[in-house]
Amino acid sequence: MSINQNIIEKIVKIFLWIFTIITIFILFYIVGFILKNGIGGLSKEFFMEFPKSMGREGGIFPIIIGTILLTLAAVFIAGPLGIGTAVYLTEYTRENRITQMIRFGADCLAGIPSIVFGLFGFVLFVIKLKMGWSIISGGLTLSIMILPTIIRTSEEAIKAVPKPLREVSYSLGGTKWQTIVFIVIPQALPGILTGIILSIGRCVGETAAVIFTAGSSLRLPNSLFDSVRTMSVHFYILSREGISLKNAYATASVLIISIGMINFLSYWIMHRFIRRIEGK
Amino acid sequence: MGRSMCLPIIGEPVRMAQGEHMGSPLRGNIMDIRMQIKDLSLWYGQFHALKNINMEIAENRITALIGPSGCGKSTLLRTLNRMNDIIDGVKISGRIFLDNKDIYQENIGLTELRKKIGMVFQHPNPFPLSIYENLTYGLRIHNIGEKSIWDEKIEKCLRDAWLWDDVKDKLHSSALDLSLDQKQKLCIARLIIIEPEVILMDEPCSTLDPIATMKIEELMNTLKKDYTIVIVTHNMQQAARVSDYSGFLLLGELIEFDDTNNIFTAPRDKRTEDYITGRFG
Repeated sequence: MSINQNIIEKIVKIFLWIFTIITIFILFYIVGFILKNGIGGLSKEFFMEFPKSMGREGGIFPIIIGTILLTLAAVFIAGPLGIGTAVYLTEYTRENRITQMIRFGADCLAGIPSIVFGLFGFVLFVIKLKMGWSIISGGLTLSIMILPTIIRTSEEAIKAVPKPLREVSYSLGGTKWQTIVFIVIPQALPGILTGIILSIGRCVGETAAVIFTAGSSLRLPNSLFDSVRTMSVHFYILSREGISLKNAYATASVLIISIGMINFLSYWIMHRFIRRIEGK
Repeated sequence: MGRSMCLPIIGEPVRMAQGEHMGSPLRGNIMDIRMQIKDLSLWYGQFHALKNINMEIAENRITALIGPSGCGKSTLLRTLNRMNDIIDGVKISGRIFLDNKDIYQENIGLTELRKKIGMVFQHPNPFPLSIYENLTYGLRIHNIGEKSIWDEKIEKCLRDAWLWDDVKDKLHSSALDLSLDQKQKLCIARLIIIEPEVILMDEPCSTLDPIATMKIEELMNTLKKDYTIVIVTHNMQQAARVSDYSGFLLLGELIEFDDTNNIFTAPRDKRTEDYITGRFG
């Protein structure tokens, strides 16, 4: 290797190092900035109390509940649909035009900006199907939004289940369905769960799709047909309408911490999944 | 090459003549025939993998299929429990009988068939579950017995597979923690717990060391009292040691099928002789 190339090697290394530092710096700066401004506002009361005067005072208890309910609704709708689709695509079809179209469709769905889902949900669920601003409208809208993620991750997880395990099951006289239920899904479960947890993260952080469909009520919901406000919507309204920046940052802090925890959980499950595949 | 060694493409009289020489070492013992393969051909897409195979599988005997890699012996084995059905682009002609019933009939119950004709694979492949769950899988999918008798069945199949003493205290620990030959024994136990009639073994010892191989071979010898066994092996010594009948395959043709003794001491076909004396393969 000539000296020239040694120099190039060093320069490249330095640049890559700088890029990495910039990336990490941006990430930590944003998180640090929000936590610095918000963490002071966190207290037991902030978690447990109802908001007063539009959120200027008080806590975010119903907002936390609203976020959880909406996310659960979305996951309970999209989970079975997505996993079912993934099982169909991987186990019941061969690669052909139709599966390619379904996959292409799912990928397109994943690329659509969330505000478009919001508008679609508003027109279809809120207006046309007369569900109003409600948990169910918001949940349905979010479920469409996270469906591609669940389908794709479940598909990958199912594909990763070693083929010999299926063969053994068939050779013992297992039917396709028995093989899927008793062998394939349990083996793929950690991977499927990872997809679901990533989707939960997306739901929790989603604003545009939710503000159109779930509304922004500050009360505790009584039924699926009541409007709720999620943390990200609350943050948006508090800061946008200049109600209380302090509470906005505090809400954002809660949001960031919960998403951090969700991601941590998904890494932990993924880690276990990989260990299981390696047979430990 | 003798006239009789040439497998006829078609034609009844020729096949009869050939049957006298090689198709039927079991002649005179018709009662003992468990499975019969008739004019079996198999194609992977355009590739003609099995060419007009005729042979019989004797009850409570070990039949070995030998031949060089790619000769079609595993493919032939997998036609016996229709495992080739799951592979795309496979076309099969000819017939295979189990107790005089054609297993390729439309209305045959595939799960029922595979329960009767079980399989042990080349690579020991327990499910990544506990030993207990591995064994109860077959019972669960076939709805065999009440849970109360499962323990009894588990003990029996583990004893039959010579694994009981090794695992009786850790039935609920992962099957993946077992050694390779224990895993293979577990696979055999997992199979015999559902009481199959025929056991197909696809190079069951090829990933095992000589001592483990010896143990599995001894196990096969005791199992043949209760089961009909067909084994694929590329290890000729193994075929000579364990099997009662041997079939030699070459490029998809069954070149010679006879008593294992005859095959190894007085092969009729030059190609068989060349193979077993190690001139190729």
